[in-house]
Amino acid sequence: MKEALQTNRRPRVGLFVTCLVDLFRPGVGFSTLRLLEDAGCDVSVPEGQSCCGQPAYNIGEKQGAAELARMTIGNFEKYDYVVAPSGSCAAMLKRHYPVLLKGDPAWELRAETFSRKVHELVSFLTDVMGVKSVDVKLKRRATYHDACSGLRELAISSQPRTLLATVKGLELVELNDAQACCGFGGTFSVNYGDLSNAILEKKVADVLDREPDLLIGGDLGCLMNIEGKLKRMGAQVEVRHVAEVLAGDVGQKLPQREG
Amino acid sequence: MKTRSSNFKANVAEALHDGQLQKALKNVPDGFVAKRAKARSKLPEFDALTLEARQIKAHTLEHLDLYLENFERQVIAQGGNVHWARSGVDACDIIGDICQSNDARIVAKSKSMVTEEIALNGHLERMGLEVVETDLGEYIIQIRGETPSHIIAPAIHLTKEQIVDDFRRVHNELETDRALESPETLVAEAREVLRAKFLAADVGITGANLLVAETGASVIVTNEGNADLVQTLPRVHIVVASIEKMVPTIEDATTILRVLARSATGQELSTYTTFTNGPRRAGDMDGPVETHVILLDNGRTELLASEFHEVLRCIRCGACMNHCPVYQAVGGHSYGWVYPGPIGAVLTPSHVGIEEAYHLPFASSFCGACEAVCPMGIPLPKLMRQWRNRAFKKELTSRGQAKLLKGWLWLAMRPRTYHRLTSWGMRAFSFALRRPALAKWLPLPADWTKHREFPVPDGMSFQARFKNGGHRLTHTRRHADKKGGR
Repeated sequence: MKEALQTNRRPRVGLFVTCLVDLFRPGVGFSTLRLLEDAGCDVSVPEGQSCCGQPAYNIGEKQGAAELARMTIGNFEKYDYVVAPSGSCAAMLKRHYPVLLKGDPAWELRAETFSRKVHELVSFLTDVMGVKSVDVKLKRRATYHDACSGLRELAISSQPRTLLATVKGLELVELNDAQACCGFGGTFSVNYGDLSNAILEKKVADVLDREPDLLIGGDLGCLMNIEGKLKRMGAQVEVRHVAEVLAGDVGQKLPQREG
Repeated sequence: MKTRSSNFKANVAEALHDGQLQKALKNVPDGFVAKRAKARSKLPEFDALTLEARQIKAHTLEHLDLYLENFERQVIAQGGNVHWARSGVDACDIIGDICQSNDARIVAKSKSMVTEEIALNGHLERMGLEVVETDLGEYIIQIRGETPSHIIAPAIHLTKEQIVDDFRRVHNELETDRALESPETLVAEAREVLRAKFLAADVGITGANLLVAETGASVIVTNEGNADLVQTLPRVHIVVASIEKMVPTIEDATTILRVLARSATGQELSTYTTFTNGPRRAGDMDGPVETHVILLDNGRTELLASEFHEVLRCIRCGACMNHCPVYQAVGGHSYGWVYPGPIGAVLTPSHVGIEEAYHLPFASSFCGACEAVCPMGIPLPKLMRQWRNRAFKKELTSRGQAKLLKGWLWLAMRPRTYHRLTSWGMRAFSFALRRPALAKWLPLPADWTKHREFPVPDGMSFQARFKNGGHRLTHTRRHADKKGGR
């Protein structure tokens, strides 16, 4: 425990990868790792993680979600900070775990303490680590979608824009309604597909209206939803996670579509 | 009112294909949302005012019994009558009796959602009374035989063209070639028709936006002034108000009114705000001879004692539905009962049961826009979630989904197995998904793929790559090859 007593050591960050990044877009995880390391963090990726539990929580299976919450807290509470490249998962850990475990004498306080350590990636970089700029060049015309959970549960809105503004060559145009929901909502998108699609169509129309070749966002759920629609329509807009853009992992040119 | 909430999915499908409705629904973001934002920006203390308003309501609800009793004493002291109605049926019976004892034939009403909740019009009509709605929007849906699709703009689901057709059809005593196409001419025609009804009505029925315990006043706001005519011209005036409308003082009432109008229509104040205290006094020029206040419970005390108590702070401004992407997409009738939108998703299950209203709390992306704009700070997503918890406990979740969830939870609770399985599982999935011949056999969610491509995973999972030293790999590659990409 000698290390922990030193005051000037690098902050130890437990990376909560999120299941969507882990399973669908591992590159986002590596971009996240590098951003955290470049910001001066000592990053660990605990193996004892799977999903934050939102699917269960949103279906109303509180007990299952609470079990996952206990597991995640147990495996992450030893770090100084817990960071996730997703406003939605970070909000689950930060805002909803304490609600889930309220009234559980063994876990209530632990959940509260844990909650204070949890941050979404970009807001962690700017608000906690004091990152003011990135050293990346990207000559693209991009727009940014505010994912609902990050925006309304964690007040993430200016932080990604602040850092994206320092990407050299990046032209960031605002959507007409950046804060409008994309219609994803997890299980909502597969249980109420037509309804979800009606909301998504408005979002995609807004995106196309701004004529970007790159759409950036902080939550993979929303991004895959929007990307899936753009692909179905054959629209030439690349969809990437903000971590990939900030870490310099996005190409200078719009990739040619397969097929 | 008959419930159609269990048909939610069918209602949605119908609404999405209704061209007229979709055209009419464009008025929601263009009108309400923009106007509220403007009103809020013009009043720097708006957010502080909403905090004060929600404290007033929270305090009142904690001491509701005392305030209700004081309100009753004040009303009686001023010569009015107070009736306590436990249920909607009780309220309808009381109102029916009042009409009967006054030999009433025509009842004029101003817009009232609570009378929709207790299905008052049908009850009075079955007694042989003529019931006339005098709010323009409410009048329009009455002649169409519809119900309100919005709590403050009952006919928002209609286009002007539809209303012109309705007026020509129903007002058939008027010249057929009259000009009707502007909103002004429509209002003028409605006013003409309704004026005769106001004068002929024996009983006037209004709702109430607020009840003031201090003075026994009931408060109602309108933009058409119709509520004023309804409560001053007929001999008898009946106020129907649910018990959570109570506030302690007139000052409290004005605080809430400032928040209400801005949240609802973006106005600083509604055009007409009327405080009503009891019957006509000696020397008064006009006013009813007999007044009644019906204090309706209809499930409120149960809500107050439940985990849903915060919903009772609602002042029915409609901001939650105006800002709701689901409401904006399908309108109010899809929800299938009196109260649509997020507030309806919370209230409806408490009135008709979660079995009947199952879909409503689930048909939300939890975007949180409703809670963000609710002037009363009602945590609507949290309350919807509580209904979801109850639905799951009652095993209303589809068996397939419950099983899938159980299996997934089992796996998610065993991270080592989970990572081992997903490391090759996602590779296989990715491989198959890239090949149309294989992809068609994959059990992809149809509701997703009907509208969008399914995301193709980038092969091996993050955890597997990380374990294989993928981090060092990308770390060094970053400097050698700045192109990156997947």
